[in-house]
Amino acid sequence: MARKLLFEHINVPGINTFDVYRKQGGYRAVEKALKSLSPDDVVEEVKKSGLRGRGGAGFPTGMKWSFLAKPEGVPRYLVCNADESEPGTFKDRYLMTNIPHLLIEGMIVSSYALGANTSYIYVRGEMMPQIRILEKAIAEAKAAGFLGKNILGSGFDLELYVQPGGGAYICGEETALLESLEGKRGNPRIKPPFPAVSGLYGCPTVVNNVESIAAVVPIVNEGGDEYAKIGIGRSTGTKLISASGNINKPGVYEIELGVSVEEFIYSEEYCGGIANGKRLKAVVAGGSSVPILPANLILKTTNGENRLMTYESLSDGGFATGTMLGSGGFVVLDEDACIVRNTWNFSRFYHHESCGQCSPCREGTGWMEKVLHRLEYGHGTMSDIDLLVNVAKQIEGNTICPLGDAAAWPVASAIRHFRDEFEWHVTHPQEALKGNYGLAHYADPLPQIAQTV
Amino acid sequence: MLKVTETQEINFSKELIAQFDEMVQRYPQGKQKSALLPILHAVQAEYGWLSPSAMDNVAEYLNIQPIEVYEVATFYTMFFLQPQGKYVLEVCRTGPCQLVGADKIMDHLEKKLGVKEGEVTKDGLFSWRGVECLAACGMAPVLQIGPDYTYYENLTADKLDTLIEELKKK
Ligand SMILES: Cc1cc2nc3c(=O)[nH]c(=O)nc-3n(C[C@H](O)[C@H](O)[C@H](O)COP(=O)(O)O)c2cc1C
Repeated sequence: MARKLLFEHINVPGINTFDVYRKQGGYRAVEKALKSLSPDDVVEEVKKSGLRGRGGAGFPTGMKWSFLAKPEGVPRYLVCNADESEPGTFKDRYLMTNIPHLLIEGMIVSSYALGANTSYIYVRGEMMPQIRILEKAIAEAKAAGFLGKNILGSGFDLELYVQPGGGAYICGEETALLESLEGKRGNPRIKPPFPAVSGLYGCPTVVNNVESIAAVVPIVNEGGDEYAKIGIGRSTGTKLISASGNINKPGVYEIELGVSVEEFIYSEEYCGGIANGKRLKAVVAGGSSVPILPANLILKTTNGENRLMTYESLSDGGFATGTMLGSGGFVVLDEDACIVRNTWNFSRFYHHESCGQCSPCREGTGWMEKVLHRLEYGHGTMSDIDLLVNVAKQIEGNTICPLGDAAAWPVASAIRHFRDEFEWHVTHPQEALKGNYGLAHYADPLPQIAQTV
Repeated sequence: MLKVTETQEINFSKELIAQFDEMVQRYPQGKQKSALLPILHAVQAEYGWLSPSAMDNVAEYLNIQPIEVYEVATFYTMFFLQPQGKYVLEVCRTGPCQLVGADKIMDHLEKKLGVKEGEVTKDGLFSWRGVECLAACGMAPVLQIGPDYTYYENLTADKLDTLIEELKKK
């Protein structure tokens, strides 16, 4: 069995309450940090751990923390990103529902490390049940002396609040999130300045994902070096993977980074194989924003190596033949899934969620949705396929925030790898309405790469 | 069923104002506008939607311009600018949910309730709509119902029928 750092106690009855969490060793990290470590010591441990942001971009957390500006007399803020709206991703909701004190504990230790005396957890509004759970957990922690003034006699004060969003994927982008937290529309800000210099209310701010902040707890408890022993290369520690789609056992799994994609999909410990005895067609490995890969390319790299669940291995081959770990939203498509329909569905999502600030994204996402809709419903032409590639190219890199890229990549990669299926929709419109293109050759072994002498 | 109409002037209750007072305490002095989203959620939980008069009152309470409230209320999809059914069934329609049958759930809902997406049933009890990813992809298909936004997971047509009958009896 793989080591569990975040979910070690997740099956203990009542672990969502303070008392049980505490009995299982909860809040030890707060005691250790506040009593025996300086804030800089905590930052140092997080640096040593090699922890990379679990929100999608994978930026090293310790490095992000060390960039935080510390001007005299200006408050600093820690804001936890619990907006979790990336299709395919549901790990943060799971964590907050089942073990909310892990996040609260992580917030206390991280706030201490950053010198923040007021911190916020920004939770998407749809997760009202989780907001209530966190509010209760905060009240419990406060009653036990882990929040408020002079925590554990250390002189460190912290107030922690939960902020609801209002239903907008874009508010997961950190500067849009800050705008939203200030009571405004979620329009991303132009960077620089980065939040580390000018964030919430113009003050230095760190924004971190729920899972990143939770991971600080085992890092402080066991030491950054211990944490870094798990994993491969620059992919250290454990990662929560949200597994969904056509698999036998959808759910949230804590993996040690480095397990193979094949094991993750087919072993009983994780997804338990493809549902209904079907065959694997494609995987979206890191949330809807990352390139989709056909079965053969997700299982093996073009060098014939097993693909692993690490930042590096998943992106091996770049955008031509690779993808990204992203937020760990692992969506599995079986032989009956229609790639055109799936791509159209994701495009509709991005069109709906574009904040409208930048024209390439506002207009481009709409066009992509429209063209994909007509391809899916039998009114497409061959030139539509190139049109899509063209529109995607014009969005990519031309917007203030990466939502534009996130909208373009799924379309570009679907056409790159499944072009024959798009063409079939054009040549067989009636059949495409009723049936599916099927597995085609997508699971066939990869052709041997010519050996250079 | 409808608590307030388009043109009705409303006054917030003492209890609601007390909730607002607690919310503005969460932010530094002078940053009370940060309470706008929590306050709008509280208002919608009370009235079922955000009427023009309700939004104007919020602006007055926060000492901001009405446009600052409107622009936020129109940006975020959770806020209703028209009256809805007592129960709004919000069905996730995105990727993973669609892979395992969200379309069928919505078709079933439309037939069962006899109203199209966005419309309200004659008895005022129900309306429904498709929404984007609710972050419950492992329990797909899912829907949720405000004002407490309870999730109903691993939906089937049968489960949906039972749920609707239960809500009718409430
Ligand atoms: C469109 C968009 C949506 C995003 N949504 C989320 C989200 O829901 N949760 C999250 O943690 N990060 C999200 N991010 C990434 C954040 O901008 C930011 O990088 C992250 O919260 C940093 O935390 P980390 O370093 O701990 O990963 C999103 C980014 C973009 C561009």
